[in-house]
Amino acid sequence: MQHGKYRFIVGFLAVPLGLYALFVIWPFIQSIYYSFTDWTGLSPEFEMVGLANYERMLDDDIFWKSLQHSLLFALLLPVVTIGLALFFSFMINVGGRRRRGGPAITGVRGSSVYKIVYFFPQVLSIAIVALLFAFAYNPDSGAINSLLRGIGLGELQPLWLGDPDLALWCVMAVLVWSTTGFFVVLFSAGMASIPAELYEAALLDGADRVTTFFRVTLPLLWDTVQSGWVYMGILALGAESFAVVQIMTTGPGGPDYSTTVMVLYVYQKAFRDGQAAYATTIGVALLVVTLAFSAVVLRLGRRERLEY
Amino acid sequence: MKTTQTPAPVPAGEPGAAGPSAAPAGPPAREKKEGTVLNVFSHGILVIWAIMVALPLVWAVMTSFKDDRSIFSSPWSLPDTLHFDNWSRAWTQANMSDYFLNTVLVVGGSLLGTLVLGSMAAYVLARFEFPGNRFIYYLFVGGMSFPIMLALVPLFYVVNNMGLLNTIHGLILVYIAYSLPFTVFFLTAFFRTLPTSVAEAAFVDGASHTRTFFQIMLPMAKPGLISVGIFNFLGQWNQYMLPTVLNTDPDKRVLTQGLVQLAVSQGYKGDWSGLFAGLVMAMLPVLAAYIVFQRQVVQGLTAGALK
Repeated sequence: MQHGKYRFIVGFLAVPLGLYALFVIWPFIQSIYYSFTDWTGLSPEFEMVGLANYERMLDDDIFWKSLQHSLLFALLLPVVTIGLALFFSFMINVGGRRRRGGPAITGVRGSSVYKIVYFFPQVLSIAIVALLFAFAYNPDSGAINSLLRGIGLGELQPLWLGDPDLALWCVMAVLVWSTTGFFVVLFSAGMASIPAELYEAALLDGADRVTTFFRVTLPLLWDTVQSGWVYMGILALGAESFAVVQIMTTGPGGPDYSTTVMVLYVYQKAFRDGQAAYATTIGVALLVVTLAFSAVVLRLGRRERLEY
Repeated sequence: MKTTQTPAPVPAGEPGAAGPSAAPAGPPAREKKEGTVLNVFSHGILVIWAIMVALPLVWAVMTSFKDDRSIFSSPWSLPDTLHFDNWSRAWTQANMSDYFLNTVLVVGGSLLGTLVLGSMAAYVLARFEFPGNRFIYYLFVGGMSFPIMLALVPLFYVVNNMGLLNTIHGLILVYIAYSLPFTVFFLTAFFRTLPTSVAEAAFVDGASHTRTFFQIMLPMAKPGLISVGIFNFLGQWNQYMLPTVLNTDPDKRVLTQGLVQLAVSQGYKGDWSGLFAGLVMAMLPVLAAYIVFQRQVVQGLTAGALK
C-alpha cells in the first residue's frame, strides 16, 4: 500500500487541517499574544504593554466577581446535575421491584417513558431554553409567580432574575433543568453494560438498594461519571453559561453584576467595550481555570480501574 | 402512573414479591417497610421531575395559541380560542421563515462539510503511519477541551479580514472547523475498528486510495457517520455563541439568534404571542426529529462520551 501514499495523506489532510488551523489554532495562539498588548480591536494599531492587562485584571472587582460565579458554576452544577442523574438512572435501571417471571434486575415501571421525557431538553437549543425560562421567571406575569399565586402562595412573589441574591441561582437551575436528562441517558447506557450477575450476587448477600448503589453501581460506573463531570464543568464554564446569562439576565450580567460569568465578561469587553486585548487576558484566565478544573477532577477521581 | 404502592399485607415468607428488599437474608418486616417508603419516595421524585421537564414545554405550546392579553392576565389558563394567527404572523412578519432558511443552509452546508472533511482526516489518521500522525491527532483532539470564547475575539478579526463576516459560507467554514475536534476523535476510533482486509483487497485490485476510501470505507463507516452526524446536527442547529459573534447582519440571522433578537425587539412592540409562536416553531422540528429517531439520537449523543 505504498504507492502514492504520501500524496494521498497530504491531499486528505490539507483541507481539514487547514481550516482547523486557520479558524481554531491560529486565533487561539493569537489571543495569548494579544493579551500582552493594548489592542482595542477597533484599529489595527497596538503596542506591547507587557503584563499591564494582567495587573489590571487582578485589580478588577468585576473580574473577581465573574471568576467567583464561574467557579460556582463549575463546582456546583456538576454536583447537582450528576447527583440527580445518578439517582434517576439508578431508579430507572436497577431500582424496580422484581416482577414475577421477569428479570431479577429491572427498572421501575414506566422507565422507558422517563428516559424519553427526561432527554427532551437536551435536544433544544440552550438559547431557546433560556428565552422560555426568562418568560417563566417574569415577576408579574410569568408562569412561576402566577403558579405561586394559584396555589395560595400569593404573598411569595420573588423578583427572580431581578433580585441580585436570586438571579444566579435561577440561571443555574435552568442549566440543571436542561442537562440532567443527558446524564440520565448516559449513565443508563453505562449501567446497562454492568453484568446482571453482579447485582444478583449483591441481592443474595442481602444488600439493599442504597448499598447496591454505592458498592456495585457507582464503582463500576466511575469512569463514565468522571468524564461526565469534566464535560459538564467545561460546559458550565463555557458556551452554555454564556447563552443563559446573556439571554436571561438584564444588563446582561444581572443586577449589580450578580450573574456575570467569565465568558460573558470576555464577550462584553471585546465586542461592547472595544477592549479586545483585555478581553483576551480574561480569556487566558478562563483557559487556566478550565484546565485546572479538568486536572483536579481527573486527579481526585483517580482510582483503581475495575474490570468486569 | 404508579406513584403510590399500597402496602398490601403480603403473606409472610412469600418470596420475590418486593424485589431487592425481599432478599432472603434479611428480616422480612423491616425490609418490606424500607422498600415501600423508598418506593413511594423515589417514584414521587421521578414523576415530579418528569412534570418539571414537560410542563415548561406544554406551557410554551399553550401560550403560543393565546392572545396577548390573556398571556399576561392568566398565564396558566387554556387559550379561549386557538389563535393560529400568532403562528402565521411569526412566520411571515417576524421573519421566522428567513431564520429557518438561513439555519437550514448553514447547518446543511456545515454538516456535509464536517462529515466529509472529518472522515477524510480521521481515515488518514487511523489507518496510515507517517511522521507527525500522533501530533496532528492530538492537535485535533485537544480542541475539545479549550474554551471557544478565548479564540473568539481574534477569530472575529480573522473572519473579518477574509471578508467572510456576515456571510453564510463564512459561518459554514467556522462551524466545520469547530466541529472537527469531536468528529475526528470519534471517527478515528471508528475507522480503527473496521477490518483492513477489504480495503487491502480493493487496493490490490487496482483501486486508488481515494477510490478505496469513497467506495469501500465510507459505506462501511455508515453507523459511525450517522452517530457523529446527529451529534453535529444538534450542536450546529442549536449553536448560539458563534453566530452571535460572527453574524451581525439582520438578514443572515440563524434561528437561535433571530429569536433572541425578536425577544428584545418584541419587548417594545408587545407582540408576545407572536414571539411564543416563533419559539415553539423553532422547538418543534428538533422535538419531532427526536421522537421519531429517538434511539439514534440517544446513541449519537452518548456514544462519544462512553468511548
